[in-house]
Amino acid sequence: MELKKRKKDIAGFVSIGIVRITFSFLVLILLLLLGKIFIEGIGVISLEFLIDEPRNNMTEGGIGPAIFGTVAVTLLMVLFAVPLGVFSAIYLNEYAKDTFFTRIIRTSINNLAGVPSIVFGLFGLGFFILFIGKNLDEVFQTGLLFGQPALLWASTTLAVLVLPIVIVSTLEALNSVPKSHRDASYGLGATKWQTIKNVVLPQARPGILTGTILAISRGAGETAPILFLGAAFFLPNLPVADLCIGDYCIPMINPTEQFMYLAYHIFIMATQSANPTKTLPIQYGSTLVLIVLTFLLNITAIIFRYRFRKLLGRL
Amino acid sequence: MKETKIVVKDLNLFYGDKQALKKITMDIPDKRVTAFIGPSGCGKSTFLRVINRMNDLIDHVKIDGEVYIDGVNIYDRSLDIVNLRKNVGMVFQKSNLFPKTVYENIVYGPRINGIKDKKVLDEIVERTLNQAAIWEEVKDRLNDNALSLSGGQQQRLCIARALAVEPEIILMDEPASALDPISTAKIEELIHDLKKQYTIVIVTHNMQQAARVSDQTAFFYLGELIEFDRTTTIFTNPSKKQTEDYVTGRFG
Repeated sequence: MELKKRKKDIAGFVSIGIVRITFSFLVLILLLLLGKIFIEGIGVISLEFLIDEPRNNMTEGGIGPAIFGTVAVTLLMVLFAVPLGVFSAIYLNEYAKDTFFTRIIRTSINNLAGVPSIVFGLFGLGFFILFIGKNLDEVFQTGLLFGQPALLWASTTLAVLVLPIVIVSTLEALNSVPKSHRDASYGLGATKWQTIKNVVLPQARPGILTGTILAISRGAGETAPILFLGAAFFLPNLPVADLCIGDYCIPMINPTEQFMYLAYHIFIMATQSANPTKTLPIQYGSTLVLIVLTFLLNITAIIFRYRFRKLLGRL
Repeated sequence: MKETKIVVKDLNLFYGDKQALKKITMDIPDKRVTAFIGPSGCGKSTFLRVINRMNDLIDHVKIDGEVYIDGVNIYDRSLDIVNLRKNVGMVFQKSNLFPKTVYENIVYGPRINGIKDKKVLDEIVERTLNQAAIWEEVKDRLNDNALSLSGGQQQRLCIARALAVEPEIILMDEPASALDPISTAKIEELIHDLKKQYTIVIVTHNMQQAARVSDQTAFFYLGELIEFDRTTTIFTNPSKKQTEDYVTGRFG
């Protein structure tokens, strides 16, 4: 055998170079973006900034109500989107037969993720507020309670918006559970539902949580859809009402109220306020808070996911 | 000759248009080991899965013919499949333990059957692990993840898990094909012990294994049952030319 010297792989060398440069560029942009926000924003942040309401035409004070509104809407959104998404995915993956009709549904779900979010806002206004809300008011004779923009409808609309994310990641998680584990369960005399509940779902939990994480990030950062759905320019009072059982009262999120929303707050400070330059530090502060907030919500879900994975012995 | 446990009459099975099993008729005796041998794709695993209706889980499978266990037609429309699968346990080619603890794996079957009493479950765990000859190895590791055991231990744990629902028949689909010789020997020894209480049907690629563990052997070829007789007869004096060619290694 003749041993030849290896030829220089120029194409490979160039490609790797291009990959390196593009990647560094990406990291640089990210660092610039986060760095700028951090440096400009950190100075404003104080306990008062996080708790107080905006004052003096938004040029002073804090963003407490906006933080509260964001957390409230996002939590309610998760409450609507995750069960609905997970059950839909279970149906599609475990029960639905592979027919023309179910294929259309699958394709639609994937396409839904690509619809501009403003369209979801209009859908929420038309469907939830003007159709469901108004009819609820009529049926329960509640005057104008449900048929107007409110926290509840913002959450349900955002839930619809993030539904494809939850469904798709759950579908993937369900699909990744090995068939052999299902066979083992059926072989021991388990019914289909017992198999799903005891074998499939526990193993799919990390994947479902990944979907939830993505959904939270997406929902908390959205601005366009909630424009029509009860996000308020300025609202000093928190959307809270006392829920009383007998004499015992606890403050609860009041879903029929309007609310402030961080992403929206940043938008209006930058474009609608009387003096955008004066509000600039607050804008940076709010942006930093929004990023940290989504990060914290993500971290919580990531910790849960880590625990489940550990339980499954997959680490 | 022992009593007959499973009776199969004129069984045909189709995957879509393709016929995978052709007119299978055989009587499987009670409390004996019956081995199915034959080249890959001959239908022996498919036939094994007929006995606990695991083929029902696959789309486009059509079955006609009759299969009786203790005189009951298991393809009767009114039969409860879940109940059938409790009576007919199955051990698969590759260990398919759940990613749970050793204990949780064993009690999975009893739990879905409604047993909740911790004491009863503990007893089941100890009994089945003893039956599967693995109690001494895992008694201190009951709360460890089952997937941390060795391959051979995992497969014996699968057998213990199958025993926990108290079946009368155990189907084994090449249970030792992924194991080393020592683990294989342990599984074979176990099969030998288990046949005192259970009817065992085993699919194997390994003819020496069939010869070692089984009382009866069935030779399948291209979806047909070519010959079914006592194992010694099949391996020393088969009546069909095809069987002789296969067991002597001339094809397959």
